[in-house]
Amino acid sequence: MSSEIVLFDAPGPKARRRHAILTVVGIVIALAIAWLVLRKMGEANQLEKSLWTPFVTDPEVWTQYLLTGLWGTIKAAALSVVFAGIFGLVFGMGRLSGNRWISGLCGAVVEFFRSVPVLIMMVFAYFGYFATSDLVSASTAPLASVVLALTLYNGSVIAELVRSGVFSLPSGQREAGLSIGLSPSQTLRSIQLPQALTAMLPALVGQLVVVLKDTALGVVITYPELLNAAKTLGSAYANTVPAYIVAALIFIVINYALTRVAAAVERWLKSRGQGPQKAGPAGITAAAVAEAESASHGH
Amino acid sequence: MGDILSKYDILGAFWVTIQLSLLAAIGALVLGTIVAILRVSPVGVLRFIGTSYVNIFRNTPLTLLMVFSILGISFILGISLSQDLSRNAYWWAAIVLSVYHAAFVCEALRSGVNTIPTGQAEAARSIGLTFNQSLTEVLLPQAFRGAIAPLGSVLIALIKNTTVAAVILGTSEAAGLLAQITENEGASLPTFFLFALGFVILTLPLGILFTNLSRRLAVKR
Repeated sequence: MSSEIVLFDAPGPKARRRHAILTVVGIVIALAIAWLVLRKMGEANQLEKSLWTPFVTDPEVWTQYLLTGLWGTIKAAALSVVFAGIFGLVFGMGRLSGNRWISGLCGAVVEFFRSVPVLIMMVFAYFGYFATSDLVSASTAPLASVVLALTLYNGSVIAELVRSGVFSLPSGQREAGLSIGLSPSQTLRSIQLPQALTAMLPALVGQLVVVLKDTALGVVITYPELLNAAKTLGSAYANTVPAYIVAALIFIVINYALTRVAAAVERWLKSRGQGPQKAGPAGITAAAVAEAESASHGH
Repeated sequence: MGDILSKYDILGAFWVTIQLSLLAAIGALVLGTIVAILRVSPVGVLRFIGTSYVNIFRNTPLTLLMVFSILGISFILGISLSQDLSRNAYWWAAIVLSVYHAAFVCEALRSGVNTIPTGQAEAARSIGLTFNQSLTEVLLPQAFRGAIAPLGSVLIALIKNTTVAAVILGTSEAAGLLAQITENEGASLPTFFLFALGFVILTLPLGILFTNLSRRLAVKR
């Protein structure tokens, strides 16, 4: 990692001895934590074989609960990402518009939905509209609420990404477009946006992690996603703790894979010379709320 | 609107939001700094522990951690923080928020370290500064300045994420209370905007503050 090169000299004999001691200390502490967790679980009889074997022996655990829940999670995430992409593109371009009224309005909408917690929007959409009116059927009401809330929030984040992506392009791009006779909006659409979208690809993939994690909020409004499935699985098989741990592992594996994809895309773009000039770690770029905003100030 | 304000304790709910934000911000900063030190340390095992921590908690939904803290850790493993059920949930909410956001604090600090060009460290060594001198005089000041903007983002995300505590705190917290009001009184846009305004008031000044700070303290390169 580059941080090591910056922070530390190549170790001499004394430092190597210190590192060896720290290695032992680290291993001891890690083992102590693991032992403490396992002992606590053992005391509460959570290591009983019967609680864990259903995950291997009983296919219903997967077909009836976990995979069904995972499908709910992926369905909501996929729909939200598509709608959020459209929302983000529309409002991101709106914010870049030369018309002061349009850019002001789009800016206000984006800033508003970025600062309201997703759960606030979700419960209001569900209890206020979808669950009580016949806009959608009762069975799709939770899905509609989850997708609406995630679309508004993540769409606003993507709108900011679009804007900061366009701002971080060299100004010569826009000037060249204008000087060959394109109109400002043509320049935006055919010159600036394609480059900006490519540069923000890693952040977009990273945003997928945020969406996937946030679908778990649907548990509040009874949307049948993975966390909800783990809950019912836990009561059906009386193995709450193992059910949550397995659900968490599924989330971790999927999200970790997505983070790696984002990093790979970033490396690939860099090797083509199209990545962002100053790349931050992909995870934090996507996950932290105002990162898009701060990125646009860097230039 | 008037009777909603008198019937429900909205200010009280936001007071819980503020308390949780403060507690979790302090907890996440302390824990996140420790994890960041592990993650940039020159010792492989410590780096592995730090990296594992970040990968585990950054990739697990906060909602899952919240639910697990009560249904799993409290009820089944029997680790309670208070005899009173709602106090227990309150303290667990603060701990879970700290643990979850510590992963993001760590990444923010690390991204601050990563903004330092290698030349800075090489220059510090070549003018004869000791390890401690180059760390305290040259590297850490730059790293903290570079970390201000992402730390601000994490703090804002934390304040908004306190709403997730509604899954274990119920109506004593803003999102839970809004759910209850909407369920009982029907959809009322003014109520929604009141809650939204509460979060805008909590987060907007912080956003402006951190943006200004990071700009003013930016290292000219």
